[in-house]
Amino acid sequence: MRRVIAAALAAVAVYAAGIAAQQPTGAAPQIRTAKQMPFPQKPDWSKLEVDVLPVQGKVHLIAGAGGNIAVQIGDGGVLLVDTGYEQMSGKVIAAIRKLAPDRTLRTIINTTLADAHTGANAVLIKEGRLNQAGPGLGQRPNEADLIGHAGLLALMTKIGRQKIVVERWPPSTFSGKSKDLYSNDEPVVILHVPDAVTSGDSLVWFRGSDVVATGEIFNEASFPYIDAEHGGTINGIIEGLNMVLEITVPKHNQEGGTMVIPGYGRIGDEHDVLEYRDMVTIIRDRVQAAIDKKMTLAQVKAMKPSPTYEYEPRFNRDPNWTAEMFVETIYRNLSTRK
Amino acid sequence: MFTARRATLILPLLLAGLLYSVPASAQVDFTGVWNGNTNAEDGPERAAGPSLVEFMGLPINDQARQWGLAYRPGRLSLTEHQCQVHVVHYIHRGPFGARIWEERDPVTHQLIAIHEAINTYEQHRTIWMDGRPHPSPNAPHTWMGFSTGVWNGNMLTITTTHVKQGWFRRENIPSSDEATTIEHWVRNGNVWTHISVTEDPNYLVEPLIKSEDFNLNPNPNSFNPFWPCEYVEEGERARGEVPHYLPGQNIWMAEYAATHNLPQEATLGGPEQMYPEYRDRLKKLPVAVFVDPNAEPPAPVAPAGRGQGAAPAGGRGGAPGGRGAGAGGRQ
Repeated sequence: MRRVIAAALAAVAVYAAGIAAQQPTGAAPQIRTAKQMPFPQKPDWSKLEVDVLPVQGKVHLIAGAGGNIAVQIGDGGVLLVDTGYEQMSGKVIAAIRKLAPDRTLRTIINTTLADAHTGANAVLIKEGRLNQAGPGLGQRPNEADLIGHAGLLALMTKIGRQKIVVERWPPSTFSGKSKDLYSNDEPVVILHVPDAVTSGDSLVWFRGSDVVATGEIFNEASFPYIDAEHGGTINGIIEGLNMVLEITVPKHNQEGGTMVIPGYGRIGDEHDVLEYRDMVTIIRDRVQAAIDKKMTLAQVKAMKPSPTYEYEPRFNRDPNWTAEMFVETIYRNLSTRK
Repeated sequence: MFTARRATLILPLLLAGLLYSVPASAQVDFTGVWNGNTNAEDGPERAAGPSLVEFMGLPINDQARQWGLAYRPGRLSLTEHQCQVHVVHYIHRGPFGARIWEERDPVTHQLIAIHEAINTYEQHRTIWMDGRPHPSPNAPHTWMGFSTGVWNGNMLTITTTHVKQGWFRRENIPSSDEATTIEHWVRNGNVWTHISVTEDPNYLVEPLIKSEDFNLNPNPNSFNPFWPCEYVEEGERARGEVPHYLPGQNIWMAEYAATHNLPQEATLGGPEQMYPEYRDRLKKLPVAVFVDPNAEPPAPVAPAGRGQGAAPAGGRGGAPGGRGAGAGGRQ
């Protein structure tokens, strides 16, 4: 009889264990959607980590090294869009080696000027080499090719080697609207975005993987930065966003399809760019309407509600680029427009 | 020979196998085809849809209200907006039919996921029941988001993150892509009660709590999963034009309030409206007055243009009869 009781108890125990393993039960865990945050101020670099995610096709995202880095991997090697801060270069290199342990870094494309996108250029090009024999192109050492719009090189040249080392300057430039290359069995189209964040911006379109890396014209963690000192304009930003909307195609009911890597923040698609474009356009229109009414900058800054009001909870998060700075730049931009 | 010793060995296994094969009493089966019960108090929202500036009952902040006041229905006529889907915390109030089924491990029969196909905009969501973590903050957001579920007695509790920007009330009040929704699913016979609690750090002052009922459809073949949406060009626009009202220039602001003899403030939402004390305040407020911008002018006026005071150009905000309470619009 004892054995039967023991057997029954054992059965119940097995059942209980089975049920426990079968289903999560109890109160819902306190999980919340993470806020999209700009890069931290004065970070402890040693404590920062990168986050690596597959995007689509041959393209991955490395986030957390500054601006987002797109990584295309294939038999031909590795292509990067932007390089992040120099201080994060070791972690970026480690992430690339983990993603593509036996591949060589061949090409780097810069989307814009900021350190968060070009800071590690000099370190990373030395990690790679061109797919050729000999010392390299002309007198250049055999290292990864670094491509940017001619306007970007012009800006770096103007700023000078005291502030931006020459090794960060893109030796391979293009002028005009676009540059095509074929990398890892897919067309890669670099499209110049005139006078957007700066006068030297580009976006990169992986046509086979169906991924667009936008650079900073699309920023999930802030209003778009406009570097007016270096040729940036609000209308250039908006035109860049409209360019992205033209080349993205949703897969089903305005979701998926072409995936978009923003300058900062999470991976998006056309709809995410659309809402961002709508926001930036509406803010621009409000400032333009105020200018049309001959309002001064002080009056525009004092407007209630402010031109950015309903978007501030979501996007006014960067102390280096506040809503007020954004509005002021738009005002000055539109006021001096030819 | 069947001995006591053998019984001692076999009985636990038989009992365990028998018990394990029976669903735990705490776990309810939601499998089946469900139809929205649009006769309930939320019927107007689930069928014809809300009017413009009908923000009542929403615990929104000032910024969400401003978003709604700037919203011009013509925005939905932009090609990229036309097939935009209701997000997961709104879609259960749309015209709604759903099929729910379980995904179980073929060997252990452990519940891996519950699937919900929603015929509004052909959505399919997966509620993971296997304890997997939610994705990285850098992962894409979708209309239905990423959902995980746990059982609380007979109630299924679901946490959904990674939802796209959408709305708490369609064509009116935005929800941000940083909202989180907790759902509670309860089944009483052939009625499925769906309760949702949504938090939005950007646009809600308090959680938005809603409930809807659905009836089990006895015909499993009655579910039509298709909702094709193909955008079309609706009129000509300047490149990049985004229809919106400048602050203070929403010409339809008072229409809904005046039509229903309500004070303007009452239609503008806010957390204070969630509580009974607000009734006292309502009695002290004047009823809104609406001047129809499409009404016949009392005297000849200059031709309408796109300047201030003109009728809205294009989209559903423009043509008389093309908008307003119950006048069609987006489902």
